[in-house]
Amino acid sequence: MTITPGSELPTLQWQPGFHHWNRYAAVNDEFVPIHMDDEAGRAAGYGSAFGMGNLQWAYLHSLLESWVGDRGRVVKVACQFRSPTTKGLTVTAHGRVTATREHDGELWVDLEVWTDDQHGNKMTPGTATVVFGAVAGSEHDLAG
Amino acid sequence: MPDEQTHISDAMRAAVGQELASRVSYPVTDSDIRRWAIAVHYPQRPPALYWDEEAARDAGHKGIVAPLDFNPFAWLTKEPGYAGADDDLDANDPDRTEKTLGIAGPGLKFQLNGGMSVEYGVRMRPGDVITSVSRLAGYTERNGRLGLMLMSTTEDTWTNQRGEVVKKQQVTLIRY
Repeated sequence: MTITPGSELPTLQWQPGFHHWNRYAAVNDEFVPIHMDDEAGRAAGYGSAFGMGNLQWAYLHSLLESWVGDRGRVVKVACQFRSPTTKGLTVTAHGRVTATREHDGELWVDLEVWTDDQHGNKMTPGTATVVFGAVAGSEHDLAG
Repeated sequence: MPDEQTHISDAMRAAVGQELASRVSYPVTDSDIRRWAIAVHYPQRPPALYWDEEAARDAGHKGIVAPLDFNPFAWLTKEPGYAGADDDLDANDPDRTEKTLGIAGPGLKFQLNGGMSVEYGVRMRPGDVITSVSRLAGYTERNGRLGLMLMSTTEDTWTNQRGEVVKKQQVTLIRY
């Protein structure tokens, strides 16, 4: 794989609903009515109950950690929660390389990351920086 | 609401910079990590470095590691423990930030996580005891689809039992 600006990461996809939100609530102690009750979701201005922002955050990390694997490390992630995951949406996590630079023998890679739904609506636009420990030549050719 | 143009009272402005909370986790366990990873990746199988010691070592770690987004403070903390869990403040109260600081909140009805920014240090592993110190970083406002919305930002630094920085994060809470 060659890492250059414009390179796309392999996507990850979920179809979240109560099965996902309940599991996440159980590990993060996040039992909030808007994530558990359609009436509460509608009262908050949305069409149904909706998933946690923290879970979208976790999806972006899953994308990055799956891509980096044992070749490097994630050093920075930021995102905005613009649109919640209501029922019936398919959520896809995306990443695209925006810049690369070498520093002390490591390859630093800046990325645009986001999740979107099947209608193309971006829900959590963000940025990330990952570092690969070995720079394999100027073409940033990394196995994997 | 303090006045008709803003949700931000003088007391709220004066509170910016104050410490909101200091927490110490119980030791992180491999089960905590495994369950977290399974919940996030459901219905797919999570990556092996979160549940398989040998695979994690093959990946260059000392053993299994926690996902970067893992929260060791869920359910109950070692400090303040039930003294924190049993305080009079509702965890889901939109005014919790201000009430924690002993001031009146804006009294808004709904709250959402508006965004996060995190810089990562060392990984969390089984046995780690994590300390978190958070501060109120500031308030801003803007008009949105649902009216005048209040954004409050908190800064939170996590360190492990060796004093190594695990992460520094900023979280923006949107209230409306």
